[in-house]
Amino acid sequence: MSQFFYMGGYGFYVWGSYIATLILLGAEVLQLLRRRKTLREQNRR
Amino acid sequence: MNLYKYASPAAFYPLAGKMVPWFAIPAALLFVAGLYVGFFIAPTDFQQGDAYRIMFIHVPAAWMGMLLYVLMAFYAGIGWAFNARLASMMASSISITGALFTLISLVTGSLWGKPTWGTWWVWDARMTSTLILLFLYIGFISLQSAIDEPRRADRAGAVLAVVGVINVPIIYFSVQWWNTLHQGATIRILNKPTIAPPMLAAMLIMLAACWLYSIAVVLVRVRHIILEREQNVARVAAIAV
Repeated sequence: MSQFFYMGGYGFYVWGSYIATLILLGAEVLQLLRRRKTLREQNRR
Repeated sequence: MNLYKYASPAAFYPLAGKMVPWFAIPAALLFVAGLYVGFFIAPTDFQQGDAYRIMFIHVPAAWMGMLLYVLMAFYAGIGWAFNARLASMMASSISITGALFTLISLVTGSLWGKPTWGTWWVWDARMTSTLILLFLYIGFISLQSAIDEPRRADRAGAVLAVVGVINVPIIYFSVQWWNTLHQGATIRILNKPTIAPPMLAAMLIMLAACWLYSIAVVLVRVRHIILEREQNVARVAAIAV
């Protein structure tokens, strides 16, 4: 298992890439969910 | 069925809402499948070791950055030439996701370059033109947000988007036209791929996942833009946001 995270010495770069992607795409999805909530509240009457 | 009806934001709004899960759910499944193939089935590369596994996100992200730009310019151009509001809204919606994928391709490329080339960044043709692509997206987004009147903002953005399209073939062919540190294309449409089948499979599955993800988030965002811009839709759809 630790072999898997070690990635032949490239762990930082490999996991760094995927974590960076997750953060960026996750931020996009979160932003959309927040905007949806705001729009819902604005249009409620 | 009259498809042209859906060119109206009010008609497209509920349709887009129904379409979202059909793209979002397969996208999630394909991301899982692509990562599984990429990390558990694809073997370690004999030259690059495990660092090459960054390619499974880097290559699809770079393609998406370019493809979404062309799509954004297409919609912006249609919205401008035919005075079609929905097309312009699509362009605005695509710009955010396109910028994000371009940023991901630059970040992951940098994280690959450090251990492989020994440097985070070089000013070679492909990397520089990709950075320009990011600036074009940022220019489009800031230009649109700087102009208060939406249709004027759409037109200004369209000019920038359409002119900027010239950068996309420059990125694509940069590795052939110039002697770049960046390697040539791994996958070409007409040639046989030069990588092992599981590696290719992981990359293509991730590309499909990125496409479906992009369509899903663009549809969700265009719904938000429609709601914000079209007061009549907001009233009708109040319950169905």
